[in-house]
Amino acid sequence: MISQHLTIFPILIPMLAALIQLLPLGDHPQRIRRAIGLTSCTLLILVSVYLLVETSSGAVTSYALGSWQAPFGIVLVLDRLSALMILLTSVLALPVLIFACFGEDNLGSHFQALYQFQLMGIIGAFLTGDLFNLFVFFEVLLISSYALLMHGGGKLKLRATLHYVLLNLTGSAIFLISLGVLYGITGTLNMADMANKVAALTGDEALIARAGGLLLLIVFGLKAALLPLYFWLPQAYAMTTGTVAALFAIMTKVGVYAIIRVFTLIFGDHAGEAAMLGYDWLWWLGLGTLAIGGIGVLGSRDLRLIISYLVVISVGTLLTTFSMANAQAIAAVIYYTLHSTLITGALFLLADVIAEQRGKTASRVVKGRKMAQHATLGVLFFVAAIAIIGLPPLSGFVGKLFILEAARTGAQVALLWPLVLFSTFLIMIALTRAGSRMFWHTFDGKPNDVSHPGLQLASIGVLIGASLALTIFAEPVAQFSKDIAAQLLQPTDYISTVLEHERGNHE
Amino acid sequence: MELLYSITVGTLTACSVFLILRGRSFPIVIGITMLSYAVNLFLFSTGRLVINELPLIGQSQTPTDPLPQALVLTAIVIGFAMTAYSIILAVRVRGEIGSDEVNDPNYSASEGQRS
Repeated sequence: MISQHLTIFPILIPMLAALIQLLPLGDHPQRIRRAIGLTSCTLLILVSVYLLVETSSGAVTSYALGSWQAPFGIVLVLDRLSALMILLTSVLALPVLIFACFGEDNLGSHFQALYQFQLMGIIGAFLTGDLFNLFVFFEVLLISSYALLMHGGGKLKLRATLHYVLLNLTGSAIFLISLGVLYGITGTLNMADMANKVAALTGDEALIARAGGLLLLIVFGLKAALLPLYFWLPQAYAMTTGTVAALFAIMTKVGVYAIIRVFTLIFGDHAGEAAMLGYDWLWWLGLGTLAIGGIGVLGSRDLRLIISYLVVISVGTLLTTFSMANAQAIAAVIYYTLHSTLITGALFLLADVIAEQRGKTASRVVKGRKMAQHATLGVLFFVAAIAIIGLPPLSGFVGKLFILEAARTGAQVALLWPLVLFSTFLIMIALTRAGSRMFWHTFDGKPNDVSHPGLQLASIGVLIGASLALTIFAEPVAQFSKDIAAQLLQPTDYISTVLEHERGNHE
Repeated sequence: MELLYSITVGTLTACSVFLILRGRSFPIVIGITMLSYAVNLFLFSTGRLVINELPLIGQSQTPTDPLPQALVLTAIVIGFAMTAYSIILAVRVRGEIGSDEVNDPNYSASEGQRS
């Protein structure tokens, strides 16, 4: 009975948690709010593990909200990819929230509730099977991200937030225009139904659908921070607090997920005249993003800014790889998404700790005072750096290996290999410089006396440990990624599951 | 009617793009508001323009499409909230930084420093 409704639980849990957290909860509300938030994140992990196990057989679950059947009602669709992304979100969310509970959530009001709303929006975007509903969940996650980005206040944060808000408002308008174009041509907003309708289009109508699809690519590219639309990201991520930036590590991946979902399901190989729309754009823009990100990493004088550019590089790597569109490439994208999300999350938290312990020099890459927990932080930074650079033996190496293997034709190899490897080299230079300045070239004398509780460091350790786990269990994870890729490239299962209710009612 | 309608939407969009590209926050907020009007009108037209008909099948030969109306309603609500938020944000920025320039003229000096 209840297992039938489990699909919607990942949305309901954070929503209810946030609503309770908003209530006036006695004299020490923050303590209760923290307990609720941590419970919610733990429950999310349990539910998403259950859902992942359930979908691992390849079953696609369609959940009709209010029992209004597709394509007329709104459906949530759970397949392997969405289950994995939900698990990734909740695995990132719990350690970051534990880290935030040591005082950072007191910097502004309602951090805890906004955090849960943010999770709800992200998970909703992963689950929905309806394009307009995707827009609504994008708005939910954006509205909470606007507030979270400002968390703690400050002039520079304000300006970065203003840029972020204005850009995303324009992005939302373009999203609505593209939805209007697609609805006007196909007469549906359900993704599965639209995939069928777009495939049947010919002539001018197919051209208009292509225009609508490319508009969608712009919107998702803005969320994912693709080349001409990435300028908001480094400032926004570098200015905000560590916990928020760590949570936002999943935000660009929402854009990547939306691109993967829409451009395999609706504009994939099966889409008739609109087939393989935008893949060539993704290829070139992704390569450009990689190059620009590499230059940005090398030019940054602040550890946070370096990590922000690492996010840009990872987006470039992911989208370039995705645009090759073979099963191995998509599997590599999924493996690399898991790795880069968790490690950039850990690095943002670590940069926060380092900045606080260094005191006046903060996270700038300059000579500074010794930190109180110098050795521990040094080890954490070293391991995280190895993972994100992609040196053996950690998951970054495995992920990059998969990506390089996925390049098939000569042209792909000739462009992808040098750019990925050279950006790796640039990341290595930048992180080596940052690490040696911060940990080795310190002033003589007493270390700074600001130290952090063990649990905060442990939560960073957990995120870095996930990279270790991804390395040890590389084989099953890679196998699962291949299953996901196979499911994405054969969307007939997805489409028939979503639309079967309708047929059942008529027959 | 279609011609008048599309000219209206086009003009609104063109003006809003001009305003969004300005350098100060107030014209940008106005531009985004205008853009959301243009988008709402555009969404409304995606169900095809029909005059004086009910959104009910069976009542007439050419019923209107009820879905775009629902979409526009959702878009209006979200757009309204977002406009309110961006105005408050613009006012805060004006108050705290003392200028409504969207870009910081002294950017490089403050790079990487959090206050």
